[in-house]
Amino acid sequence: MSQKNRLQSGGRIDRSKALTFTYNGRQYKGYQGDTIASALLANGVDIVARSFKYSRPRGIVAAGAEEPNAVLQVGATEATQVPNVRATQQELYDGLVCGATNGWPSVESDMMGLMGKVGGNMMPPGFYYKTFMYPQSMWKTYEKFIRMAAGLGRAPKEVDQDEYDAVNQHCDLMVVGAGPAGLMAALTAARSGARVIIADEQSEFGGHLLSSRERIGGKSAADWVADIVEELASYPDVLMLPRSTVNGYHDHNFLTINENRSDYKGDKAPADQVRQRMHRVRAHWVVLATGAHERPLVYGYNDVPGCMIASAVSTYINRYGVVPGNKLVLMTTNDSAYQTALDWADAGREVVAVVDTRAKAEGDLVEAVRKRGIKVITGSAVIEVSGKKRVSGVTVAAIDAKGDKVVGGAQHMSCDTVASSGGWSPVVHLSCHTGSRPVWREDIFGFVPGPTVQKQLIAGGINGTYALEKVLAEGVEAGREAATRLGLTAADVQLPNVRSLSEGKAMELYHIPHTKPTSRAPKQFVDYQNDVTAAAIELATREGFEAIEHVKRYTAMGFGTDQGKLGNINGMAITAKSVGQTIPETGTTVFRPNYTPIAFGAIAGRNCKELFEPKRFSAMHKWHEENGALYEDVGQWKRPWYFPKAGETMQQSLDRECKAVRESVGILDASTLGKIDIQGKDAREFLARVYTNAWAKLGVGKCRYGLMCKEDGMVFDDGVTSCLGENHFLMTTTTGGAAGVLEWLELYHQTEWPELEVYFTSVTDHWATMTISGPNSRKLLAELTDIDLSNDTFKFMDWREGSVAGVPARVFRISFTGELSFEVNVQANYGLHVWEKLFEHGAKYNLTPYGTETMHILRAEKGFIIAGQDTDGSVTPHDLGMSWCVADSKPFSYIGKRGMMRSDCVRKDRKQMVGLKTKDPKVVLPEGAQAVADPKQPIPMDLLGHVSSSYWSANLNRSIALGFVKGGLERMGETVYYPLADGRVIEAEICSPIFLDPKGERQNV
Amino acid sequence: MLHIYCPHCCELREEEEFHAKGQAHIARPLDPDNCTDAEWGNYVFYRKNPRGLHHEIWYHSTGCRKFFNVTRDTQTYAIKEVYKIGEQPQVVAEG
Ligand SMILES: [Zn+2]
Repeated sequence: MSQKNRLQSGGRIDRSKALTFTYNGRQYKGYQGDTIASALLANGVDIVARSFKYSRPRGIVAAGAEEPNAVLQVGATEATQVPNVRATQQELYDGLVCGATNGWPSVESDMMGLMGKVGGNMMPPGFYYKTFMYPQSMWKTYEKFIRMAAGLGRAPKEVDQDEYDAVNQHCDLMVVGAGPAGLMAALTAARSGARVIIADEQSEFGGHLLSSRERIGGKSAADWVADIVEELASYPDVLMLPRSTVNGYHDHNFLTINENRSDYKGDKAPADQVRQRMHRVRAHWVVLATGAHERPLVYGYNDVPGCMIASAVSTYINRYGVVPGNKLVLMTTNDSAYQTALDWADAGREVVAVVDTRAKAEGDLVEAVRKRGIKVITGSAVIEVSGKKRVSGVTVAAIDAKGDKVVGGAQHMSCDTVASSGGWSPVVHLSCHTGSRPVWREDIFGFVPGPTVQKQLIAGGINGTYALEKVLAEGVEAGREAATRLGLTAADVQLPNVRSLSEGKAMELYHIPHTKPTSRAPKQFVDYQNDVTAAAIELATREGFEAIEHVKRYTAMGFGTDQGKLGNINGMAITAKSVGQTIPETGTTVFRPNYTPIAFGAIAGRNCKELFEPKRFSAMHKWHEENGALYEDVGQWKRPWYFPKAGETMQQSLDRECKAVRESVGILDASTLGKIDIQGKDAREFLARVYTNAWAKLGVGKCRYGLMCKEDGMVFDDGVTSCLGENHFLMTTTTGGAAGVLEWLELYHQTEWPELEVYFTSVTDHWATMTISGPNSRKLLAELTDIDLSNDTFKFMDWREGSVAGVPARVFRISFTGELSFEVNVQANYGLHVWEKLFEHGAKYNLTPYGTETMHILRAEKGFIIAGQDTDGSVTPHDLGMSWCVADSKPFSYIGKRGMMRSDCVRKDRKQMVGLKTKDPKVVLPEGAQAVADPKQPIPMDLLGHVSSSYWSANLNRSIALGFVKGGLERMGETVYYPLADGRVIEAEICSPIFLDPKGERQNV
Repeated sequence: MLHIYCPHCCELREEEEFHAKGQAHIARPLDPDNCTDAEWGNYVFYRKNPRGLHHEIWYHSTGCRKFFNVTRDTQTYAIKEVYKIGEQPQVVAEG
């Protein structure tokens, strides 16, 4: 197909570089410098989408981020699929493959008409709201429509092969937008010596000047822009970011910029290049120079392809050398759109008429149009468009001075393009991101940024300033103010000469009246993406939804990927008029990041796959790898879970590991336990305040188990703390709780008891810890240490310093398995050496490595708790049956003491931890199962407590469980029932949680 | 993302380096054992949730590991002041 709408000359495209691309399976040609949208228009492609509710054909409306219809699926391969790409912003490259968004098989075909009608009827305004109000049975009917609506495109099914990254930036001044205001602000600040970042979403700097035929300072606008860009590039402290959308403006002048590094180059990023980069900018000052979006007018069948925004038509002509039609009717409420009629006529095509809604039109541009012999019809409007797949004509009628009703007879004109302009809406989105509410300006019929606590300045279109000479002046002023606030001497910047135009007053009009009432008039679309019409908004207000946020949710206006950039103000105006309020009374909608849709890849950056989260490995990890360990993630640690041998099931491995420990000797890598070195003359007193038990008399060389509670009396961590010296202790914590415990110790020390002299240092990573456990553990260790291990001199709960395998070690005689155990701690970098030495000597004892799962089983056989598994923040030490670990006679009211005394904590019927033996010893209770006294009672049943730990015990040849039962400590021997989701009911007997060696003899040998 | 001045490091740092620890200036009762359940409940569980100025504790967890106080506007997220533990705020809500 030829580029029938392409002009022979003009524009910023390179006609010597032809590009081929595929749209909906057909090949087209375009040029370097095109967007997909400009190339499609050049080729005369009218339809780019089917509307999701009514299945109406839709064409390209805009030329920038506000485009609601030309939202395409781009990607030549499955892995490179990108959904929701605005054709108006995607630069063309050779070989680009794109298509209309999924959901509708063909945009050309009317096949979907029927379904569209079904959808239309099934999805009246209020659809979302009513769906959630209706019974669930309606959901399935609606679901398929919801899915189509929820995401316009589809995610790739294969992994994106491209890389994304992120850069942290700091600057004095961040300028958002490189149109005339932004360029002037950046230039002024740069000349004043500021460190500046200036970003713009377009491929080139210049903003609307790129599609303007204005002359600035005696030069073409493009040349003027080029000179400014050249000067900015000469400053080492100015960073210029084209193709970079400032997507979020966050608190304390933090901005996120999504820079498109190679999306414009090809389907996949070139080798060694990232596809997109996130700039995370902290700026001292920000100048928002984001410009304004032109508002289309709302009129009958205003969605037929060929209906466009006036300024977009000019952009396609002037920037891309594309005239998107042959015969233009322009409808406007203001002077600025007259430029589009001039551009169209200068491109050699016919302007059928300019229809001006104002009774009088008399500005300089109006006169220029009249002089060209173009018909100007004042006091009138295009009330309806004819044509199905493309505009074929318009109906024009006289309207009253307020634009409320049609007052004259209608006339028909044939044309193929309707350009409309209802004025301009400042792009206030970013200023709203930080919570600032925009304020309505009667003089410009638009919202401008409201008061803000950010160090933010605004200039140009965002401020409702549209005349070029004033825009440039505001840019300079913003740059000077920023420089001054930064403590710099603001540079003087000469303003260039530009044409000054006299302008007639614009008319405030959004919704064009029809001869019929809105409810019966041809559909007048407000939000194209969600098929929201003026009639739907009026219906919403009639049903009582009067605030704009309610109307939005009721109609789904502004819920699409365009987030209502085009239709928001029109929708508010129609709402306001319908309820007899002003627009500001109706309220403003809230804009949130991101400004335009962004790829997940760009958010993730490098923090994916292997780098998603840091991994922590113990010093013996290499050995675990070589010996086939499977891992459990505990916090960031990779802990060996169990060590399967060839052909073993998990249960077989666990049975083997459990038996080895109780029958001979096993070894556990316990390096990940949190270790906090505590020193200072008040260290002992501090321990007494944070643990529930007594610490005053713990001698050097001794260890003690302790429980920690929060002020509410609930257990939150536990561990063994050893006395290394009179004022020196080593605290151990759970693996997952280590950081939280350290923070909590610091909190109390720094905020409550700063008078205590005590210091905390995390030493978790400094030590490699290996627990040798089992009846042969002493024999094994004795072969490698100079420490006297005899039971008389090295007692249970003692620790000793000495050498193990030739390196300095601390050995703790503590036990989490109930067996004779020695915990050997050596400097981390000796860990692997000692571990391997132990295995050299351990072969004859069948030294067996075991992982966290076996550790859990062995401790459960002994009834030892795991904080975080058997506790959940609602369990006191007494609930755990651990009153022996509470010392209320301590002089200081330790943390948790008063909490445990609360009336609720001393109830007799609290859920208390007990052991559970299933009646059938082969049955293992599921963890989380809920106990009831009578499984036949009606639902909801009276729940008595849950199973917190449950295992198969090979040593006991039966299942064992720990769990909570109301008043359980007083109910030994009673039976409880566990009804399961699958209908089974498991019967269990309440027993002591200590299933093995209740007297603790095995660890004292 | 907040930009927080640590009064111990004497530098502005990113929020990622800090943990928020809730309302500041809640003194632990000197004699907990003689508190009524209501008094103790107030100390442990009850917290302000003001719209506007809020004095709160922050922890420079991946920095100097020091706690300090921040007066922050919960509506605008503007940080009005930072001050060390044991000091009193200069910026306080009216009434
Ligand atoms: Zn600090």
